[in-house]
Amino acid sequence: MAKKTVVSSTINGSSTEFLCEPRQSLLEVLRDTLHLTGSKEGCNNGNCGACTVLMDGKPVLSCLVLGVEAEGAKIETVESLAKNGQLAPVQQCFLEGAALQCGICTPGFLMATKALLEKFPQPTEHDIRFHLANNLCRCTGYDKIVKSVQACATAVR
Amino acid sequence: MEDLYLGKTNYKVIGQRPIRHDGADKVTGKAIYTADLQLPNMAHGKLIRSPHAHAKIKRIDVSQALAVPGVLAVVTADDFPDLAEKIAMMGEAGAVNLQHLAGNCLAKDKVLYKGHAVAAVAAINTHVAEEAAKKIVVEYEPLPSVTWVLDAMKPDAPILHDDLRTDELGQKGDKPTNVSVHIAFEQGNPAEGFKQAEIIVEREFRTASVHQGYIEPHAAVAMWNEDGRLKIWTATQGSFTCRQQTAELLQIPVSQVLVVPCEIGGGFGGKIAVYLEPVAALLSRKCGRPVKMTMQRAEVFEGTGPTPGSYMRVKLGAKKDGTLVAGEAWLAYDCGAFPGGMIGPGSMCVFSCYDIPHARVDGYDVLNNKPKVQAYRAPGSTQAAFATEQVIDELALQLKLDPIEIRLKNAAKEGTRRVDGPVYPRIGFIETLEAARNSEHWKSPLTGKNRGRGIASGFWFNIGGASSCSASVMEDGTVSLIEGSTDIGGTRTSIAMQLAETLGITSDDVRPQVADTDSVGYTFLTGGSRVTFATGLAAYKLGLDLQAQMRDRAARLWKCSVDEVQVEDGTYSYKDQKLTFKELAAKLAQSALEPVVGRSSVNPEGSTNGFATHIADVEVDPETGKVTILRYTAIQDAGKAIHPSYVEGQMQGGAVQGIGWAMNEEYFFDKNDQMRNASFLDYRMPTCLDVPMIETIIVEVPNPGHPFGVRGVGEAPIVPPPAAMANAIQRATGIRFTDLPMSPPKVWKALQK
Repeated sequence: MAKKTVVSSTINGSSTEFLCEPRQSLLEVLRDTLHLTGSKEGCNNGNCGACTVLMDGKPVLSCLVLGVEAEGAKIETVESLAKNGQLAPVQQCFLEGAALQCGICTPGFLMATKALLEKFPQPTEHDIRFHLANNLCRCTGYDKIVKSVQACATAVR
Repeated sequence: MEDLYLGKTNYKVIGQRPIRHDGADKVTGKAIYTADLQLPNMAHGKLIRSPHAHAKIKRIDVSQALAVPGVLAVVTADDFPDLAEKIAMMGEAGAVNLQHLAGNCLAKDKVLYKGHAVAAVAAINTHVAEEAAKKIVVEYEPLPSVTWVLDAMKPDAPILHDDLRTDELGQKGDKPTNVSVHIAFEQGNPAEGFKQAEIIVEREFRTASVHQGYIEPHAAVAMWNEDGRLKIWTATQGSFTCRQQTAELLQIPVSQVLVVPCEIGGGFGGKIAVYLEPVAALLSRKCGRPVKMTMQRAEVFEGTGPTPGSYMRVKLGAKKDGTLVAGEAWLAYDCGAFPGGMIGPGSMCVFSCYDIPHARVDGYDVLNNKPKVQAYRAPGSTQAAFATEQVIDELALQLKLDPIEIRLKNAAKEGTRRVDGPVYPRIGFIETLEAARNSEHWKSPLTGKNRGRGIASGFWFNIGGASSCSASVMEDGTVSLIEGSTDIGGTRTSIAMQLAETLGITSDDVRPQVADTDSVGYTFLTGGSRVTFATGLAAYKLGLDLQAQMRDRAARLWKCSVDEVQVEDGTYSYKDQKLTFKELAAKLAQSALEPVVGRSSVNPEGSTNGFATHIADVEVDPETGKVTILRYTAIQDAGKAIHPSYVEGQMQGGAVQGIGWAMNEEYFFDKNDQMRNASFLDYRMPTCLDVPMIETIIVEVPNPGHPFGVRGVGEAPIVPPPAAMANAIQRATGIRFTDLPMSPPKVWKALQK
């Protein structure tokens, strides 16, 4: 067992220090060390998108990022979206649009959508599908997810 | 059931689209799935799995693993109690031999597929458990293996179970075999029927093993306490069936097992059988701590249930006007390493959409060196429809008939007898075909090179089964609803809405909760398109119970007889006194009257029937063989759509899963029968870039067996897509594809001929 190192980063707006083995992924740290279990593990090798978080504003697959790489970084997880007891527009749009069924992929989709809408405030359907193609959903057939992202773009605008 | 039928259509709650009750939990990351659990002093378990597709286990040495610092316990198949030939009923998965179920959790004597679990380790954390698992020494004697269903049926095939004998139409065979069952259904006189035919089409079809592909890997936490009580938190489609399987495998009374269902990240039939729960329990008993086990994605592919791969031959005879006169189907489905696959429902479904006076179906359940197959959304029906719906399409082409017209001409309707016996009550198949014909999609022209439009239909049962609910009325007039059906896709809401409608309150005034197995009456699993139907029926009866009690309390408040209290749309009145449900609840809370607590349990017998028809427009790229879906419409009879958004969601999700079967998904085995694509990268499920919007048309032909006319909708939408896609590709290319998946290399090769 390798020695643990101290990592300092900003997680959901709070400066946070955690101890981490070099082999631990950011996802493992978030879930097991920091108890932020909103980010989900679907494949643990970067193919399903359920663990998507924002790292310095960019979407990353937290199962492919090492915990130690979070040193000095700003991490945002699904737990950061709702503020002061209010859901974020993207969360509200997903609920109103019935864009989830089992809900396991939802946190990843929400974070990927947040990044997408920051880059493309008025995305085309193709933009949405292209940028969310890294996130697998097995329940919805994607129709209602894509429509909810469209609704969110309109609402925010 | 007639007396339950409300017969009204001006619903206040049903047909609305309220936000689901568990919605905020799910979009904020607060919902608790099994892998999210952290218990005090919890240990972590890890399985080691067979590297061989078929081998004898000669020796297992766990000593080096036990010596790793941080390791707490190791278990093998020897830790299971001896299980005499015992059978447990597991819903869609059918009757399960417990020795086989235990043998699938941990292999005994032989491994039967690559990825078969052999032993498990518990340690202080996952990493230590993984390191220790690698130090378990298993000595194997590799045996020849077989994965293709027809090869496994050959007399000289490697035999998986030496003691297995074919059940040949009820007669046991006398020699070892991989064919566990041969079933047959017949009506009329097929030989005579084919003599009447003016045209006969016969084709062969093959389908690959396909996985349910839920995004949440299997996970379970077990805590076997010193008082003998076993508590399990798990991702399961049926907490009660999980309790039963676990208790029987461990040979302890069900009353000693408590199953707490966590949120479940998809199932589609694949989370009915237990894999981890009994193993985590054995580890927990050994180390005295709660033990969490979670699978990695490769373990999910290699060690949990795909749907059968199949070989099918379907022959149909018709008159020149397209009237079907005779049919014959020969189906061989693999069941993987243990008997009990999906051939039963496959054989029941192969001709279930049509009225065929003379027909015969032969079905074979065949063992091979793949993981044990499990239910997967309308298990067995998608394969069968891939065959039948293409033969129908071929008949339409040869007879120059419209593909909807030929289906309408032969469509099953009320009174049609299925080949396997049952006579249909009121069903809505014709209505789905008419809706398809009248759809914008069908009426719009499709032009352009390499493009084609295909149509196909599909059938699935809605099974009944036991469901229980209970509820109490709170002083603010809301109702807490406790149910036993685990919620995979939003059924808390569809159940709560049925209770709300019955009581005349809003959906938001019902607080639904899925409870553990000690807190609610027995409820059969979440599967078979049964929850909104059967648990919904229980919620309706619960509503009647609560209403009767509220009426009784009102009568006692007003000092009149119960008969004098009128109830309409949730308002209780007597003479000039009038109280809404909420007002009455508030008054009761301040009174000395008993609280209102209700309960119901149902066990509707038999099944109702769901039909779907899908239309697909495709474009085939002749240079790459890639098939692009230009437009897709799913049409289905929902009986009555309780929450239309989630009915549409089921239709869209089922359609895209079926499109996955059609286009890309398959278990790819190498010459050593090792799966070579056990990751989401290589096992290509559709992404949102692979599919267009899925248009939906909900048809509502009420189910006479349910007060609101509900038919379950979860499964039928996966049945038509592969055939619809094949029929569309045929129109685009002139080539009929009879093997799934129709992946780019296969399509490209066919186009080169």
